[in-house]
Amino acid sequence: MTLDDFKSAAESLRTDGPPQIAAAATLDAWTDVRNALVGRTSGRLSELMTALGTLPKEDRRDAGQLANAVKQELEALLEAHHVELARAQQLGPAIDRSMPGRATWQGTVHPVSLVIDEVIEIFRELGFTIALGPEAEHAWYNFGALNFPTDHPAMDMHDTLYLDDLVLRTHTSPVQVRTLQQYPPPIRILAPGNVYRRDFFDPSHAPMFAQIEGLVVDEGITFADLKATLTRFANRFFGATKTRFRPSYFPFTEPSAEMDVQCGVCKGSGCPVCKQSGWVEILGSGMVHPAVLENAGLDSERYTGWAFGMGPARTALARHGIPDIRILYDADVRFLEQFAR
Amino acid sequence: MNVSHEWLKAFVPHTLGAEQVRDLLTAHVATVEGFERLRADLASFVVARVVETEKVPDTKLSFNKVDDGSGTLLEVVCGAPNVTLGAMYPFARSGTMMPAGFRIEKKKIRGFTSNGMLCSARELGLGEEHDGILELQTNAAPGTSLLSVLPIGDVRLVVDVLPNRPDLLSHIGVAREVSALTSVPMRSALDAMLPADADGAAAGRAVVVGEAQRHATQGASGGATVRRDDPDGCPQYLGAVIRGITVAPSPQWLRERVEAAGVRSINNVVDVTNVVLHGLGQPMHAFDLGTLADQTVVIRRARAGETLKTLDGVERALTPEMTMIADAQRSIAVAGVMGGQESEVTDTTTDLFLEVAYFDPQRTRQTRRALGLSTDASYRFERGIDPQGLETAMRTAIALMVAVAGGRLDGNIMATGAAPAAMTDVSLRAARVAKVLGASVSSVEIRQYLEGVGFGVRGPGIGGRVEVGDGDEDEEFLVSAPSWRRDVSRDVDLIEEVARLHGYDRLPDTIEAYRPTTVPDHPLHVTGRRVRDALVAAGLCEVRPMPFVKGDDASHWRVTNPLAEDEPHLRTSVLQSLASRAEYNLTRMTGDIRVFEVGSVFLGKGLAHGVGTGTVDEEVRVGVLLMGARHPRHFADGASPAIDAWDAKGLAERLARAAFPGAPIAVEAGEDPALWSIGASGRMVGTVCRVSLDAPVWASPAFGIEITLGAMPVAPVAAPGASGHAGVRPAVALPPVPVRYAALPTTPAAEFDLALLVPDDLPAGDVERVLRTSGGEMLERLELFDEFRGAGIPDGMRSLAWRLTFRHPERTLRDKEIDGRRSQLLKSLENQLGVKPRTA
Ligand SMILES: [Zn+2]
Repeated sequence: MTLDDFKSAAESLRTDGPPQIAAAATLDAWTDVRNALVGRTSGRLSELMTALGTLPKEDRRDAGQLANAVKQELEALLEAHHVELARAQQLGPAIDRSMPGRATWQGTVHPVSLVIDEVIEIFRELGFTIALGPEAEHAWYNFGALNFPTDHPAMDMHDTLYLDDLVLRTHTSPVQVRTLQQYPPPIRILAPGNVYRRDFFDPSHAPMFAQIEGLVVDEGITFADLKATLTRFANRFFGATKTRFRPSYFPFTEPSAEMDVQCGVCKGSGCPVCKQSGWVEILGSGMVHPAVLENAGLDSERYTGWAFGMGPARTALARHGIPDIRILYDADVRFLEQFAR
Repeated sequence: MNVSHEWLKAFVPHTLGAEQVRDLLTAHVATVEGFERLRADLASFVVARVVETEKVPDTKLSFNKVDDGSGTLLEVVCGAPNVTLGAMYPFARSGTMMPAGFRIEKKKIRGFTSNGMLCSARELGLGEEHDGILELQTNAAPGTSLLSVLPIGDVRLVVDVLPNRPDLLSHIGVAREVSALTSVPMRSALDAMLPADADGAAAGRAVVVGEAQRHATQGASGGATVRRDDPDGCPQYLGAVIRGITVAPSPQWLRERVEAAGVRSINNVVDVTNVVLHGLGQPMHAFDLGTLADQTVVIRRARAGETLKTLDGVERALTPEMTMIADAQRSIAVAGVMGGQESEVTDTTTDLFLEVAYFDPQRTRQTRRALGLSTDASYRFERGIDPQGLETAMRTAIALMVAVAGGRLDGNIMATGAAPAAMTDVSLRAARVAKVLGASVSSVEIRQYLEGVGFGVRGPGIGGRVEVGDGDEDEEFLVSAPSWRRDVSRDVDLIEEVARLHGYDRLPDTIEAYRPTTVPDHPLHVTGRRVRDALVAAGLCEVRPMPFVKGDDASHWRVTNPLAEDEPHLRTSVLQSLASRAEYNLTRMTGDIRVFEVGSVFLGKGLAHGVGTGTVDEEVRVGVLLMGARHPRHFADGASPAIDAWDAKGLAERLARAAFPGAPIAVEAGEDPALWSIGASGRMVGTVCRVSLDAPVWASPAFGIEITLGAMPVAPVAAPGASGHAGVRPAVALPPVPVRYAALPTTPAAEFDLALLVPDDLPAGDVERVLRTSGGEMLERLELFDEFRGAGIPDGMRSLAWRLTFRHPERTLRDKEIDGRRSQLLKSLENQLGVKPRTA
């Protein structure tokens, strides 16, 4: 081989190499191209290097420099193309990005529990903790301790389901007395739970429903505290809104008060939702009746307190626009999944 | 309670509008939950002027042109004789619905088109006057709404009267409150009940009723006799005889009043009894005296086996617990509940026996419950009527009866028995008012509020009336309640009176500093919340179903008075409820069901079976039901596999860790029918099971998990009236045990796989136990990654493959060491379990 032959072979490698490198579309193809061009044993460059030894001595320097230059050029190109291919492989093949992502099942919290959670969250900021009590309850805790007169029309508001010598509690208020017997004041508790009434299922009644009770007992607790705390709660829960308190009756509170918030639908001007009154009833409340404190073994001269109770189901129906309370009990998965967050 | 706005004004002539009365009552007395305009049917009537009129010869008809304010004069044919040019009349345009229920149509009469109707009082339902159309004395422009011109259109206020205030079940009771709130004095009961301009009013007022004849148990007057044999059921009974009455339809004013109260008008006699009930709150009854044997009225218990056909036509079986009104022979009315048909006033009745009584509240309540018969009368008696109001009611009734039905009082009022004793006086301290309300209400105001609604208020000292001062916080009053307020027995009852009359809205609402509660969060609330969060994060939906099930009496508590006989029991497992909910979903073609509930179950039934305690043992549990696709379907994956037992087991472990944080959890093969039992700290807390459902063929298998979170004991905290915390400091919950940091490895791990032939009846867990013990301390991880049956595996065997990860904490493990460990493991497996590696 002459120097010229060598040079022309080197130049042709220099010309052929780059398009071949560029044409390598995969890492495997790239390896093949690399081996064919600059492979240590069988590539075209190694053939040149072998041929280099056959050239006359005086030509070898030039020839060697040329071969090296070609090698460096090709290796640089190979390296650069490898980086490109590797990146492309990482990205993977092109995808149709309009297609849906892979979903997982969405867990949900029941809408009634959502309301209870929210009430708890607000009252927690005001120092309340959570108390619980049994659903199968002694009549004394459910009625007698709460100052219900025996065999009196006040009982008609609590149509009761009986269980041998127990009752299914008709409200969460028995937890008030249990808590007052168990812990000394100061008391600030919430008592969420299920209660039972002998009411047949219809769109707005259920024989079992959730209630949430609140109780504050200490020295110096007044009706002003009741109004202030419950108004604050209403403002947090319903957003800035007007509240009003009106006289009511519960055997275990006195004075008793029903709290209304201004109707969110008509803003107080009257509509079917609020039965034209402009107000929506939210909760019942009142100063703890001294008889209740006495029944729990407390000094009713020293301690005063207030309590409230509300029905989260009714709030859930209103806020989500659910037309029938029975839907809350059906456990229809299509309904439950609507509450995914 | 239905309150007529107009009737209320007859009691207390205030000048407020119906809306103002509604707001006043709601703010201070009792909630007005209904506001009904009674003549809404006249809303579309207008006033119109006759601008041309022409008689049609030989008929009563006239052709008229009428201005109804519409801008066009309307042609109207009228049959009334009194059409007067230029006069104003009520006018119904064509298309208007008349109160009688027909619609005014445009029609042709004798070639003349009639475009509406000029109306008479009768056509408007305003009275019996039908001699001609109703001429209006008004300056209003034609087209003005009739209701804004005529003083009709009473408003009915529906007051929600709560059980502590039976005095509000009457117009007089509501009027007392309005009077106190507006400072407008009340008129007398008779003035309020008998309008001065009513026909016969003068005759009614002229009746001279002498002093009532008082007797202990028996009296006679006007030819009738009263004997009170059941003083417990009837502490006081008044009777009077009126002879020579004429039963007829009620006059318009009386009919309007009973109808405003929501009662159907029957006849003049019955309407008088109803107007007394709704006006004065005193139920009363009028018997046809002619039907009473020996003209005798006996108040006694029912005889055993006695029956009575009540006014509603139902034959009632009576028991000796019931108080009856009887004549000399038989019962004629259920006392305080309903009269009997035989002694009912009819068109031919001429002589009446009027009854005004005080029946015992509890007796009335028991009787009406036993009969399942609640009436306006029983509703009031069982809540307690005004025991001092009987005579006023009787006198008013006599005057009304004579006014509307004629006749005369024969003899006098017979009164037997006496009103129950007055309530004891209550002492009230101004300081206590301030302590409860958080506001100081002056002594003057306190007295003013209480006296306004009928309370007697005395200052310090006994008996004598001492002028009450102002601002003295130690001031103590002695307060006596009016006879109609038997709900007041403690100072706090009076504080409520002060608060509501002062106005809840006027009391302060300042938030005060508070001391922290002594009550820790209930542990079951904390646990329940943690469990719920874990399950929601795992993709499950919370449900809140009913706890009622169809069980059996041997193992389930039965509700004594269940709502539905097909589900009379309380559940003993949350899964019972979840299974029925799953079936509900399946009927709606939903098969992917992942639901859970944290709720109570009721155990302890079944003492005889050795499983119960004989008392209700309530437990709070979490139940989970899973079925359907493991994942939502994705196009890249194809159909998701169905949830299987391993999903349930895995979730059970996760759930148990959430329920019992820090406790060692063991999920092990359970006893049939459970798949697994769940243990926490060595205690069995729950199970995993297959759930059998009434399911369609396309449904996949269902799995259940149920874990007991804790007991919710019904045991009393302390005896009634006692405290359980005397001298006991509330327990403070211990802080949770923190997670312990494990040093991160700095040396490389060595891994190898072991594929073993394991007999079907040898639990993999046994193999793992041998691997762990023989693997030594350097065995960091043991992962079962394959189970295979089939080609190359002998029958009754399976190939199980584990990946074992070894690590030395300080140095790299040598290959030789690993190989040695591998042979040692195989040797132990062979020796201890006879398990060999899978070859080939
Ligand atoms: Zn509204």
